[in-house]
Amino acid sequence: MSLSESGDLSQKTSADKGSAGVFSSLSVAEMESVAKRIRRHIISMTGKAGSGHPGGSLSAVEIVTSLYFKVLRHKPSDPGWSDRDRFILSKGHAAPVLYATLAECGYFPVDELATLRQLDSRLQGHTDRTLTPGVEMSAGALGQGLSFAVGVALAGRLNAQDYRVYVLLGDGECDEGQIWEAAMASAHFKVDNLVAIVDNNGLQIDGWNRDVMNLDPFNKKWQAFGWHVIEVDGHDLTQLIDAFDRAKLVKRQPVVIIAHTIKGKGVSFMENNVDFHGKAPSAEEVKIALKELE
Amino acid sequence: MSPEASIREVYGKTLVELGRENRDIVALDADLCRSTMTQFFAQEFPERFFDCGIAEQNMIGIAAGLAASGKIPFASTFAVFIPGRCFDQIRMSIAQPRLNVKLVATHGGISVGEDGTSHQAIEDLSLIGALPGFTVIVPADAIETAQVIRVAANNYGPFYIRLCRPKVPIVYSEDYRFVLGKAATMRQGNEVTIIAIGIMVAAAIEAADNLRQEGINCRVLNMPTLKPIDKDAIIKAAADTGAIVTAEEHLEHGGLGSAVAQVVATHQPVPMEFVAIKDTYAKSGKAAELLQRYGLTAKDIERAVGSVMKRK
Repeated sequence: MSLSESGDLSQKTSADKGSAGVFSSLSVAEMESVAKRIRRHIISMTGKAGSGHPGGSLSAVEIVTSLYFKVLRHKPSDPGWSDRDRFILSKGHAAPVLYATLAECGYFPVDELATLRQLDSRLQGHTDRTLTPGVEMSAGALGQGLSFAVGVALAGRLNAQDYRVYVLLGDGECDEGQIWEAAMASAHFKVDNLVAIVDNNGLQIDGWNRDVMNLDPFNKKWQAFGWHVIEVDGHDLTQLIDAFDRAKLVKRQPVVIIAHTIKGKGVSFMENNVDFHGKAPSAEEVKIALKELE
Repeated sequence: MSPEASIREVYGKTLVELGRENRDIVALDADLCRSTMTQFFAQEFPERFFDCGIAEQNMIGIAAGLAASGKIPFASTFAVFIPGRCFDQIRMSIAQPRLNVKLVATHGGISVGEDGTSHQAIEDLSLIGALPGFTVIVPADAIETAQVIRVAANNYGPFYIRLCRPKVPIVYSEDYRFVLGKAATMRQGNEVTIIAIGIMVAAAIEAADNLRQEGINCRVLNMPTLKPIDKDAIIKAAADTGAIVTAEEHLEHGGLGSAVAQVVATHQPVPMEFVAIKDTYAKSGKAAELLQRYGLTAKDIERAVGSVMKRK
């Protein structure tokens, strides 16, 4: 299939009869083209909005792409499908990467991405579960997503449903005490239908994590809290997909995938540049960035 | 003196009944299940009970996730911790998405007693009442509590229910029917209206009965649903009696008095007096001593009635 136009994917979605993994036939090369398109959307939409968070959206592109185009069992035509796998974006400021991915899957038209952050748009500055098809959680107040995910995972167990719950955390977000309350509870309740992914891009608003609030030894912290830890290159789709597959084999224990990423990945002047945490590219910067992402 | 009963115990037992009727009812606690009385639910439905340890913020998030997946979670701890400690979690994980979570907070107010300031929730109604979409209820006795818990379970949306620690007098007969968002008339009267909530309802009735001896005819309204408040009953009381006294076990800012005053000022301005905790924290002491020290007795209501009637 041609991946040059997102409309092709939407068409494939509408033909979906509810089978699991509607996009799972995509090759890694095809997914890489999708990821590039998602990056272009992130640049265009934040550029047009004149505000937003491109840095932490770009770092999470492969994580979110691998989930929606390979791992998740979901139906874009039926966002409330009870048996869907859940993806919960805890770092709600990375809304652009989620919106772009949902649009590419066909949850809503790609054209709508241009309305980001505008009055009356369904695409709020931070995610809003009451407005956007496919958004599971109203996030933006950091630290709350892992607790929410534990609740969703426990409900699945109580209902004997076999869906899996994926929650994306920021590394800086792990400064929040609630993350560690939830980490404790996940292991205590032995939720093995839960996978946390940390977008470990090393930067938070005030600078490098290690300078602002050191999280090391990060891997050992999660282990000490009772988690099975997998570390991957968060921009390598093959490694990510492999990690998600391995996570399914872990029983009676939650799994965290620490995905090593680069903030602003894919755009030379945004990479590792904390200025683009919460600042949109100018019109000129959008042009340069889109050129780099051709 | 009316017989007394523990409204916390009624909560715990009602929750068990609901659990038997509906398998989607789940309960959460934060290491206080023997005080909040969710212990009864925990004993009968261990697989549907989640003790979150001393981690209230996480409990709120887990409750939200359960509700987002179709469960009806009842989450309990002391009223100083929900909403106080978890305000942002309640705001973003429950209130904004309007999830079907029932927060039942026990040990509200200063009648907690000897534990002192750190355990006396005197600002919880103001905090939770500030959140769009929350229904806020403070039952007056055990009979009302049983019905309030059932109504919360059977009506979609976020609820905050505040219960107190001590046993309280029964103010209702068994045939009382709680109606969500409606005041209940406890005493008829046409010279002044006392609007009370929670444990202050019994005090308001006592005050009205004392004042009747002196020839003052007080209407007494119980306002169990603080939000959405019964505007019609307030407007009617203002129009019929021309003066209003509110009584609550809460700071005078942001609770019942503020809510009633807003309705009165907008629709039917009449003189008002406020029986509530002034701008201060309370201290350790027995419940009755504290209620007296901080001005929350029948005598305080009677004095407020005297003041407000002079301003008619």
